[in-house]
Amino acid sequence: MNAIPQASVRTPVTGPAVSVRDLTRRFGNGPAVLDRLSLDIAPGEFIALLGRSGSGKSTLLRTLAGLDAVTQGSVMRPAETSVVFQESRLLPWKKVWQNVVLGQAGATRDHAVAALEEVGLGHRPDAWPLTLSGGESQRAALARALVREPRFLMLDEPFAALDALTRLRMQDLVHGLWQRHGSAVLLVTHDVDEALLLANRVVVLDAGRIRMELPVPLSYPRRHADPRFEDLRTRLLRTLGVGDN
Amino acid sequence: MSGTVFWSPTNSLTDTPAAEPAINPRWKVVKQRLRPLVRYVSAVLFVVLWQVACTTGLISTRLVASPFQIASTGWSLMRDGTLPANLGISLLRAVSGLVLALAAGITLALVSGLSRMGEDIVDAPIQILRTLPVLALAPLFILWFGIGETPKVLLIALGSMFPIYLNLHKGIRSIDPKLVEMARTLRLTRLQTIRDVILPGALPDLVVGIRFSVGISWLLLVVAEQVNADSGIGHMMMDAQDFLRTDIILVGLVIYGFFGLVSDQAVRFLESRVIAWRPARQNQGGAA
Repeated sequence: MNAIPQASVRTPVTGPAVSVRDLTRRFGNGPAVLDRLSLDIAPGEFIALLGRSGSGKSTLLRTLAGLDAVTQGSVMRPAETSVVFQESRLLPWKKVWQNVVLGQAGATRDHAVAALEEVGLGHRPDAWPLTLSGGESQRAALARALVREPRFLMLDEPFAALDALTRLRMQDLVHGLWQRHGSAVLLVTHDVDEALLLANRVVVLDAGRIRMELPVPLSYPRRHADPRFEDLRTRLLRTLGVGDN
Repeated sequence: MSGTVFWSPTNSLTDTPAAEPAINPRWKVVKQRLRPLVRYVSAVLFVVLWQVACTTGLISTRLVASPFQIASTGWSLMRDGTLPANLGISLLRAVSGLVLALAAGITLALVSGLSRMGEDIVDAPIQILRTLPVLALAPLFILWFGIGETPKVLLIALGSMFPIYLNLHKGIRSIDPKLVEMARTLRLTRLQTIRDVILPGALPDLVVGIRFSVGISWLLLVVAEQVNADSGIGHMMMDAQDFLRTDIILVGLVIYGFFGLVSDQAVRFLESRVIAWRPARQNQGGAA
């Protein structure tokens, strides 16, 4: 049974960076958590995945990350895939720089420090993870993801546990990193503003199906005050079941 | 024992009344320096009272030797070589038992912690065995292994193996699954995951286990040496009992106490090195 997920998670040769076809997932005999879901992500595209709790966001991400097996449907994604979770998941017993290059054969401290500098944490390579603040931990987790040169980067509500100001700073950081590295990004969030600030396309998931796909044709940096931004925001909120006013 | 009350570290002596007028800062520094010593005031006072009680005849020296008597007996036992010889053999027993316990406990915990099948095979027998009072095995061990060093060392090894096994096994099993998941997304191999995630995560539990084991090894050493032995501190004390030499018995007690303390400090030191990554570790020792 172990061979199945490996066999059906293939690496695309050309075309989209990530391709999900008719992915269905259910636990036991319950209703489908993912219901014949299909989604393509182009190379270098930034997708934000919105949805209420239980809409299947996490299951989709876990499947794309290779943590859950593909039982029905197919998933293609690059071999170079990195994930940043809501919690930094740094190993507390390894220094920050060791966490960054964990499992990377031949990677030196210099590699780690370079990656840490890119996320603004170049001054603390020798700190113990438990001494970092929430924002710093997530920066380290980003560095650990980036040092692997991913072609596909998954961010699972990476700023949900941060305070509002730190979150704004981290959104800026992620935007800059995406522009420089050009990897395809899938950001799972339930912050509509965050999705509209960062993504090329917003996908709304509901009951395991894609309820709405909304291209965001605005240039960066985006402003909340922009009437087009306001319009997209209203449409997304309505889809999510939050009426205006 | 009422005596233990005097040894428990209490801070009530050092508490300064809040309404004290401002004192000059140099005196404050001196007080800070003296603070660790203040803890021992009650203990020293206890020894002085004990000596006074013995000298004035309040306590019969036939029942309890005086501190001075104990010191001088200890010194003469040291000089005629009785003490070093017995101490050496006792330490050798404790250390070899402990080394065996470490080797066996760690191996078994790894086998049962890292694989389901290993757990099925190893865990049940150990859980059954550990409910046996190890000391009850002494007669059987003497029948099996004679009265030489083997039964004593094995008794110590068996008894002190359980805390090592149980704690390390628990440590391995209670690793945060999110970290293991992370290791999977970073594409770490099984071996790398064990080396970088599971074992370092279980290390603090192993140290806790070792700390219990060291305590148990002393306990078993005392019993093993008093049941059947022709050497060791325990034997020296049993011998002294026949001649009503409370001073020699007390020398033995002091030595057991001393080494218990030293070994506990050693494990604490090990602990502080092993979990250097844990911030703000003040009051760690409180749970001992």
